[in-house]
Amino acid sequence: MEKVKTLFDVIGPVMIGPSSSHTAGAVRIGLLAGKIFGEIPQKVCFKLYNSFAKTGKGHGTDKGLLGGVLGMDVDDESIKKAFDIAKKLNVDYSFEYLESYNKHPNSVDIILEGKNIPKMKISGISKGAGEVAITKINGYSFNINGDYDTLILIYKDKPGMIYKVTALIQSANLNIATMHCDRSAKGQEASMGICLDGVISDEILDKLTKIEEVYLIRNIEMLKK
Amino acid sequence: MIKPDTFRDILELSERRNKKLYEICQECEADSLEISQEEIRDRVKVILDAMKEAIKQGLKSKEKSSSGLSGDDCAKLVKKYKSEKTLFPETLQKVLTYSLATVEQNARMGKIAACPTAGSCGIVPAVIIAMSEALNLDEEAQINALITAGLVGETVSNKLALAGAVAGCQSECGVAAAMAAAGLAQMCEGTNEQILNAAALTLKNIMGLVCDPVAGLVEVPCVKRNAFLSIYAVTGAELALAGIESVIPVDEIVDAMKQVGQMMSPKLKESSEAGLATTTTGTRITEELAQKWQED
Repeated sequence: MEKVKTLFDVIGPVMIGPSSSHTAGAVRIGLLAGKIFGEIPQKVCFKLYNSFAKTGKGHGTDKGLLGGVLGMDVDDESIKKAFDIAKKLNVDYSFEYLESYNKHPNSVDIILEGKNIPKMKISGISKGAGEVAITKINGYSFNINGDYDTLILIYKDKPGMIYKVTALIQSANLNIATMHCDRSAKGQEASMGICLDGVISDEILDKLTKIEEVYLIRNIEMLKK
Repeated sequence: MIKPDTFRDILELSERRNKKLYEICQECEADSLEISQEEIRDRVKVILDAMKEAIKQGLKSKEKSSSGLSGDDCAKLVKKYKSEKTLFPETLQKVLTYSLATVEQNARMGKIAACPTAGSCGIVPAVIIAMSEALNLDEEAQINALITAGLVGETVSNKLALAGAVAGCQSECGVAAAMAAAGLAQMCEGTNEQILNAAALTLKNIMGLVCDPVAGLVEVPCVKRNAFLSIYAVTGAELALAGIESVIPVDEIVDAMKQVGQMMSPKLKESSEAGLATTTTGTRITEELAQKWQED
């Protein structure tokens, strides 16, 4: 999926330095992960791999990831103080620095635990120039890059589920840009990541949430450019 | 209207419609993003304002980056310019200080506008803002210049990824310098051809520039390289405005840069496995920082 280029991919974004991949990219991964989790976590562990692990401290990758999870965007000057802010919010954060040949050079696994939301594991990569992707949520494969409003669903694997979901989206006359499905095993759990060409209404979202077999649903708004 | 992919087609379209390059660019951009040209210019102004703020903050600060490798060079330059005789006229002094101010601000986790990348963020703002002050140009002229610079960067990026990890520093600071040169040529009322020649002449002379940062950080040599290439961009514009033309057309130069980028060893593309990064001193710094960060 080739993204349409704009002038603003070259001039901008306005961001906290020093690196578009290791700082701004880290913030965006954290921001998406925080939105997917759905609340400020009580505990969060970041496992940084490869280049993220080796050069992360010098690039503020750690502060960027944590700041993102706390809801800060790439141009937020409080990123530099993310550790202090997390402490004030009683967020127990930790970092591990690892190496893995099976992982992208700039990878992170984020394990979040909250008050109301069960533990989640979210994996992301920073592809360069501030472009990122969430590649896994709780073991299911996704490709969420923040360029679109994106629906995330984890649900019981059974016939008709994709129809039920897409019919509701269609009822609002919304176009699906891309769709990505995965599952653990037949009849077990499955996942959908749906990128939309528009904004989904609360009403449709409510109907989707009420589908009995849906265990988890999130509506992730497009990231600010 | 869809923006053409190559410099040649953009030039041809501009000439045919008797427009400046930035006019064509903002028109195409507005169509593509489905917003008005005024909104495009407003968005460019937001970036311009962020650039000015980064310069302002950078000029005030001596704070070192978290590695301690950079942060106080701009202050040294400013101090020298206040007290001593210097080699540069005031205009170029400003270009140099604004460039260091911005890129040091980046290294210390301050707010900057990537242009085209964070590691090369000091070049375009330094040239456009310092030179517009010297030439007494207003904000509209600065926006025109920034759009021209963006058009150059975007057109290069149609063929060449603007990332040190893909094509070395020629695709980051090198492209930034070409963008700045084109922006400056626009500010000096150069013709469309002169603007593209400014970019072409500049790009030709950074061909093969490697990305070999010490300890993988955007500091050594990146910070000082921004300063060097800002002045270099002024040279590109100066030559082009005198009517000096690049023998090789700019599209072909980009093709050549792509080829050179592909031939460049991965060790010289942001992986810090060769070049300055693995000199005796580079290695020592890398080891010391690894030790320091492990203890933190």
